[in-house]
Amino acid sequence: MGYTPEMKELIKRVEASRPERVERARRGEHYPALSLEEREVVLNKFHPDYQQEGRRPVRVGPNKGQAFPEEVAGMLESRSMLRPERIDLSKVDFDTDVLIIGGGGAGTSAALMASQAGLNVIMTTKLRHGDANTMMAEGGIQAASQECDSPFYHYLDTIGGGHFTNQPDLVAALSHDAPLSIAWLESLGMMFNKLPDGRLDVRHFGGSSRKRMHSAGDMTGAEIMRVLRDEARNRRDLITTLEFCPAVELLLDEEGKCAGAVLYNMETREFFVARARAVILATGGFGRLHIKGFATTNHYGATMDGVVMAYRVGVGTNFLYSTQYHPTGVAYPEQNVGLLITEKVRGLGAHVLNIDGEQFCFPLEPRDVESAELIKEAVEKNKAVITPTGRFGLWLDSPMIDLLHGEGTVRKELPAKFIQFDRHGIDISKEPMLVYPTLHYQNGGIAINSAAATAIPGLFAAGETVGGIHGENRLMGNSLQDIITFGRRAGVSAANYASNGVELKKLTLDHVNKFEKELAEAGITNPLIAPILLPDYATDEVSSRRLMDAQMDSE
Amino acid sequence: MSDAQTAPAKSTPAQQVATGDRAILPEGAKTIPIYVMGKKYEVPETLTIMKAMEFAGFKFLRGCGCRGGICGACPTVYRKEGDYKLHFGLACQTVVEPNMYLAQIPFYPANRAGYSLDEIEPTAEAIFALYPELFRCVACNNCTKACPMGVQVLDYISALKQGDIAKAAKLSFDCIQCGLCASRCMGELPQYHIAQLARRIYGKYIQPHADHLAKRVAEIESGKYDEILGKLTEMSKDELAKLYKEREREPDLAPLGTWMPQDTQYL
Repeated sequence: MGYTPEMKELIKRVEASRPERVERARRGEHYPALSLEEREVVLNKFHPDYQQEGRRPVRVGPNKGQAFPEEVAGMLESRSMLRPERIDLSKVDFDTDVLIIGGGGAGTSAALMASQAGLNVIMTTKLRHGDANTMMAEGGIQAASQECDSPFYHYLDTIGGGHFTNQPDLVAALSHDAPLSIAWLESLGMMFNKLPDGRLDVRHFGGSSRKRMHSAGDMTGAEIMRVLRDEARNRRDLITTLEFCPAVELLLDEEGKCAGAVLYNMETREFFVARARAVILATGGFGRLHIKGFATTNHYGATMDGVVMAYRVGVGTNFLYSTQYHPTGVAYPEQNVGLLITEKVRGLGAHVLNIDGEQFCFPLEPRDVESAELIKEAVEKNKAVITPTGRFGLWLDSPMIDLLHGEGTVRKELPAKFIQFDRHGIDISKEPMLVYPTLHYQNGGIAINSAAATAIPGLFAAGETVGGIHGENRLMGNSLQDIITFGRRAGVSAANYASNGVELKKLTLDHVNKFEKELAEAGITNPLIAPILLPDYATDEVSSRRLMDAQMDSE
Repeated sequence: MSDAQTAPAKSTPAQQVATGDRAILPEGAKTIPIYVMGKKYEVPETLTIMKAMEFAGFKFLRGCGCRGGICGACPTVYRKEGDYKLHFGLACQTVVEPNMYLAQIPFYPANRAGYSLDEIEPTAEAIFALYPELFRCVACNNCTKACPMGVQVLDYISALKQGDIAKAAKLSFDCIQCGLCASRCMGELPQYHIAQLARRIYGKYIQPHADHLAKRVAEIESGKYDEILGKLTEMSKDELAKLYKEREREPDLAPLGTWMPQDTQYL
């Protein structure tokens, strides 16, 4: 494998300019960074979050009039896959205390807490239990566990990182609960990195005032997820897990309380009515919508389902226009496309270069600015490499690192990246990497309060599907903490609510009819059908041969 | 081996650029034949098995998860034409090769014993009681050979048989629970479930606990930070920005637990 002969030819241009660039770097000379005004220009023109092009006001629902990326707006203006009149809601297939929609870190934490209170829980998930972005988080989980730290500083770091836009009560909840979450995970047998005396090993990260990043090797999220999942499997008496069976619509009762959901068995294509006294949405983010065609670090199932369902019952969103892009995602080899290449590579001195081996930006601009500069070089200047699978890529000149810091530095400082590329025949200490910005995180989502409750009685939400905790920008390590903190809070809140004499009245899908009427009145004649549940990666040619689909679309 | 039917070659217009995760065949790129469960498809070289199958028209329901090599949803077994040897890999991490014959194993029926972590004795005997099949291991090492993560599966099973839970926990840490080990096991062991139990016993009972964390939990539960957090939520942006700028930064090289800030009123 490795680079193709054509790409190897292009690498010669990088090698040709390298000695001179390394000399300049040794002299401490940098490609000039942008002024604040120049940053503004490049952000406005090329950062997907700032561009007006590709976003539009949504025409219906609680966030009517607010602008969102086209892909998100389309989801908010979608219609149900259900025809309410064809469903007999008097026939209840599942009856439970708490229904949890989503089986990732937040959903599973909620399930454990609700079952702890002695309630019956059904957890539905569209793939396997644990198939979620939680599993993929490598870096770590924040909590003010050290003596020199406190929830006060966790709060400040978090809200400062979010440009002071975050919802205050949610930040307070996060920083308050974070050490409790770590202690809970420790009690469940999670293997944290520790010093020999048991002290938790913690590190700094971008925007931290204290070392607060806890980890479990370089697979912290996977360790959290497999421990939570194993514990849920031990509580089968109270927790029933339904895999490959997503919810596709929430159910209300006649009084407007949330009262369950319609579930869809994706394997048998049957629909089921699940009645519950409390419902928790924990469906994750929207990376797989590939906003503006971006590759993503996200899991296969990250398709915004929870926001879509909540929106139809009248629950609005916060910060949903805001998306985190990481400037250096892998563009080649294809098997790693979209995956992160840590900022550390540029921190160690690697330049970002175009197809001619020329520098075109300061490599350590803030993340959003750096992303915009790479996009500009590709789409405006046409100076990106096109990979064999037709992707844009810009060079990240990692071999500079060994030249600047001594032989062996790449292997020592970037062991996981080295192995990841070496597996595909690329030695990143000798050959540069191809990178392009990648869609990383849904900053916003369903509006909740610090008890993880939404505006609808009986409906709670937690995890990447909610918005407000991170404002317009999330710090590293706060996403894993957010799913545990608010997953646990949602589980406790839902259990309290469900135990306090909730009396469910007749079930209804009237909100679906009402929403579709609103769509029609807004002149939206051909809405998407959502939740889409999974992305479709069929080529145009395959799609055009799927005659049955074409026939159904035209009906 | 039966020669499978050939799908019609795909034609693609020139100068396409791949977006999102949809693969394309760029102009001039080659296609190669692969056999998905015996049926032939022409797919672009350099793609992973997962993306090659999507290019061919498959839409995954099972057998696809994180697409980044960590969730264990897409274990795949394959061999190459004219070669008896079986290979194992993750569909999202393994690049297609000409004339590979592949099948995915998205699920494997492995025995999992339920237990209570709070009540279990943290001993090897407790693990043996839950998984007596541990001693059916014949040390054939097929498990290790099948592991797509390079985990030394046989070594951790052997460590457990010798009663060394800590060693088993550490050796098995990179396990993604895909089940390929179990699928190859002559003794019908569910290695990855046994390893999960060993790691949780290690994490809860053998690894030393964090005393400073227990102290912090007690402080939080006593309500120590409620007032200051309440104040923070009431502050204006300017007040917050001032406090934000005044933060002292813990020195990078200070050993953990040694440094304290000048200002201790918020600790």
